[in-house]
Amino acid sequence: MAELLSVENLTMRFGGLLAVDTLSFTARAGEITAVIGPNGAGKTTVFNCITGFYRPTSGQLSLTHAGGHGFQLQSLPGHRIARVARVARTFQNIRLFAGMTVLENLMVAQHNTLMPNVASGLLAVFGLGGYRPIQARALDKARLWLDAIGLTERADDVAGALPYGAQRRLEIARAMCVDPVLLCLDEPAAGLNPRESDELSALLLRIRGGEIGDGCSILLIEHDMGVVMRISDHVVVLDHGKKISDGTPEAVRNDPHVIAAYLGDGDEGLE
Amino acid sequence: MTMLRDALLSALVALGLFGVMIGLKTDPGPTSLVLTWRPEAVAIAVVVVFFGRLALLSWRASRPAVAKGPGQVAAVMRKAGKYLAPVLLVLTATMPFYAGRYYLDLGILVLTYVMLGWGLNIVVGLAGLLDLGYVAFYAVGAYSFALFATEYGLGFWTCLPLGGLFAATFGVLLGFPVLRLRGDYLAIVTLAFGEIVRVVILNWVSLTGGPNGISGIPRPTFFGLTFSAAGGEGSFADFFGIEPDISQRVIFLFYVIFGLALLTNWVSLRLRNLPLGRAWEALREDEVACRSLGINVTITKLTAFGIGAMFAGFAGAFFATRQAFISPESFTFIESAIVLAIVVLGGLGSQLGVAMAAAVMIGGAELLRGIVIAGVDLVEYRMLFFGLALVLVMVLRPRGLVSGRTPSVSLGKAREIPAEMVAEGRG
Ligand SMILES: Nc1ncnc2c1ncn2[C@@H]1O[C@H](COP(=O)(O)OP(=O)(O)OP(=O)(O)O)[C@@H](O)[C@H]1O
Ligand SMILES: [Mg+2]
Repeated sequence: MAELLSVENLTMRFGGLLAVDTLSFTARAGEITAVIGPNGAGKTTVFNCITGFYRPTSGQLSLTHAGGHGFQLQSLPGHRIARVARVARTFQNIRLFAGMTVLENLMVAQHNTLMPNVASGLLAVFGLGGYRPIQARALDKARLWLDAIGLTERADDVAGALPYGAQRRLEIARAMCVDPVLLCLDEPAAGLNPRESDELSALLLRIRGGEIGDGCSILLIEHDMGVVMRISDHVVVLDHGKKISDGTPEAVRNDPHVIAAYLGDGDEGLE
Repeated sequence: MTMLRDALLSALVALGLFGVMIGLKTDPGPTSLVLTWRPEAVAIAVVVVFFGRLALLSWRASRPAVAKGPGQVAAVMRKAGKYLAPVLLVLTATMPFYAGRYYLDLGILVLTYVMLGWGLNIVVGLAGLLDLGYVAFYAVGAYSFALFATEYGLGFWTCLPLGGLFAATFGVLLGFPVLRLRGDYLAIVTLAFGEIVRVVILNWVSLTGGPNGISGIPRPTFFGLTFSAAGGEGSFADFFGIEPDISQRVIFLFYVIFGLALLTNWVSLRLRNLPLGRAWEALREDEVACRSLGINVTITKLTAFGIGAMFAGFAGAFFATRQAFISPESFTFIESAIVLAIVVLGGLGSQLGVAMAAAVMIGGAELLRGIVIAGVDLVEYRMLFFGLALVLVMVLRPRGLVSGRTPSVSLGKAREIPAEMVAEGRG
């Protein structure tokens, strides 16, 4: 499989704290790459660097589209990363537009398709610029994703009133409405019950396989090892900002470094 | 028993406060101020507080424990709103047929504030950007209208869009450095900007006439026909062969501002259901999420600022032509505060609420004029009533008179979203 995202020597420093320390790994196209590690390992920080919320202290983040077009994510402005490089994300603490309906959340995600520039947005006020067919297509896509996450019935309900699991699914669908090539999910299974976790795994596999949408690679932060082991093709393990293991789920599960990091604080040495 | 004690305590506090505030009156004496002691006034105030508190407490105690839920209130308001809006519209549109000159003038004033309120509602209500310097754009519109009209002799219908355009440009230019600030910081900086614009106008005497203002601003024309009391060649009355009457101009002005206000309303309502307006509301809900979806936050905020400023510019241009004279005094901070109060009272994002709030705050206050109680004109207490109204609404309906939002798009039947769910925005 072709390389999609390549992280090279990524370092992120917050004052005296080294949150990510010369981290390198790659995520291949068409795969689910899991990033795991104990709390505070620096996983979310890596995501924030990839999606432009933090500027890395140093290092390269290169994304290559299927067509061969490449982007250096560390030097793109935040909103261009989603719009041009097509990297979408969800957040560890759900960030839906809580006062808007489920459908509106999905429509906001298609903002750049609906309104390519300010002029077209203003022309639409006077019914010019061919807005209607574009809106119809956007609604179709929203319907597709509503159906995929099982929220069609609740399309006109306010997002903030949905049960927790549904909010998690909606956030994923919203990110998918951006038409990403890489979907970054920050602990999507957190707070879900076992049945919901299973449904989530199935949804992610369908997204990766292109059964819904156009096929999309996934970068997944997750603490639920059941989910990680079941669906990921490749696992990267972080601890204290450093990569301690990298490989297939089996290989990682049996890696003594990983076991040490998870069982006790490596520094104190449990053995 | 506890009620009595509570009331006594309130009376005691009132005694302490009013003993100084009301009890001691200073009058200018022959050489210095003379203190007059007014025990009877203090006694009245304290007794009023005592019985007022008692009445309030017993009313609360007698009230049934379960009050109407917020959802129910919202439902009633929405039903009322459905009928109220068309009724208000018809009443306003036919006003020149039944109202006298005084009320028409008042109507023009109210409509100006309705328009300003609707314009600011785009910035504060939809995009959630707290702008305390809105009057700056009103001033820019008024001054650009006045300068183009007096210096270059351009007509009303040319200067009006120019006023809006200038104000919008100003909005975008100001927005550029300012919009990276959020919440309270944004509020303070916009407040300062409002003052800066006023001070510049005050001091740039060669251009703006400074404190003397600009006078002789031409009145609007009706397709080139003027409105003058004398009538004569090329006037409206002459053309239509009717008696010249100054009220014709007032009626014309009334319809101009009515049209401008409706335009503001129409554009905001349209935008709300289009991607741009939806992005504004999304920005108010969660800026970080917007960015993660590829929305250019800066541009989106700038459009809100610019469009809001444009409508203020139109209103300012109208103000200039109606008054025929403008000076910096008309563009003080208090104007910004009044418009913001109208938006907050009416309910952020609510068009009907803003119109009602403007009618009550501006029209209602003006109607107090001439009502003389104990030798003082009640209009002097306008600000007191403003304050009372704000406090009352904030206690009873913290989200404004009409709150809640209608979804901008729906698959089935759109349901109103209760105000409690909607974010107010942090700038
Ligand atoms: N903006 C910031 N400023 C300062 N320190 C930060 C910042 N963001 C993260 N950190 C620190 O960086 C370290 C890594 O945090 P991060 O959120 O990336 O961990 P994580 O692996 O996502 O943990 P969790 O599993 O708990 O979500 C932590 O020590 C955290 O306190
Ligand atoms: Mg995290």
